Amino acid sequence: MTNAAFATPTSTHVEPIPVAAILPWAVFAGLMLLLTVYFVGAEEGATSLIGGSFVHEFVHDGRHLLGFPCH
Amino acid sequence: MVGNLLLRGMMVGVLAGLLAFGFAKVFGEPWVEYAIAFEESASHASGAHGEAEEPEIVSRSTQAGAGLFTGLVVYGAAAGGLFALAFAFANGRLGSMSPRSTAALLAALGFVTVVLIPQLKYPANPPAVGSADTIGARTELFFAMLAFSIALMAASVMAARRLAERFGDWNGATAAGLLYLAVVAVMFAALPNIEEIPASFSPAALWNFRMASIGVQAVLWAAVGLGFGAATEYAARSARPPARAAHAAASR
Repeated sequence: MTNAAFATPTSTHVEPIPVAAILPWAVFAGLMLLLTVYFVGAEEGATSLIGGSFVHEFVHDGRHLLGFPCH
Repeated sequence: MVGNLLLRGMMVGVLAGLLAFGFAKVFGEPWVEYAIAFEESASHASGAHGEAEEPEIVSRSTQAGAGLFTGLVVYGAAAGGLFALAFAFANGRLGSMSPRSTAALLAALGFVTVVLIPQLKYPANPPAVGSADTIGARTELFFAMLAFSIALMAASVMAARRLAERFGDWNGATAAGLLYLAVVAVMFAALPNIEEIPASFSPAALWNFRMASIGVQAVLWAAVGLGFGAATEYAARSARPPARAAHAAASR
């Protein structure tokens, strides 16, 4: 019982969020966010969803500097 | 709960993108400019067929300004959001770590997984480096490497948890880390190399560009991990004011 005096006042025990509560968010938000990364990183490079080359040209420098294969 | 984390991650990601933009502008853009000047002089020298006649859809100043800004901030928001989802899974499941330590560890692992490992094999290329004929194959290899790297890291973290239960935290994490490195080494040896650097392209410019590229990502991931951890701790503390009052009373 004397050990209780040495317990840190702010415990590091963290209750994990149940996987079932995360999964819907992970699936839908994850998909949208990956699509966003795709538009910055790869659209109109090797593959193209909307055609043209404006997206590619506009984010050109960012794409090179983030390390994506650009052209 | 998860929605709050996601929003926090994306907001921190936008801030991280701003910092990464500042870094990219100062340390990255000079080498992009060098590469574009190299590309233009090379296509003039070869008789200016096709490439030099290409109409400019977006001006260079827009590419290096608003375009770079948008690219990095949007990428930052997306990376921050994905980070928050990973944090939702990891928090409370990696031993007895505080949320702030979990966020920092997760960002370090994310940087290794998404940036360092793929880039050690397939480093960032400035304009003029890389042949247009191989962009399809290079893109496939890059994203295959990225997907494999993420899957491997997820499996290693799960293995580390199992091993830690049996052999202790440090032994378990070290064993899982060694397994991870062994698989990475095999993957590096198995995947094809890409060597398409023009002979007269300055090696120093290429090195500086690649270091700047890793630097941009390092700034982004550090800002996401440390910013997210700080914001999470602040939110938890302001949600429990009585605990802080009790703590203050106890320390008096």
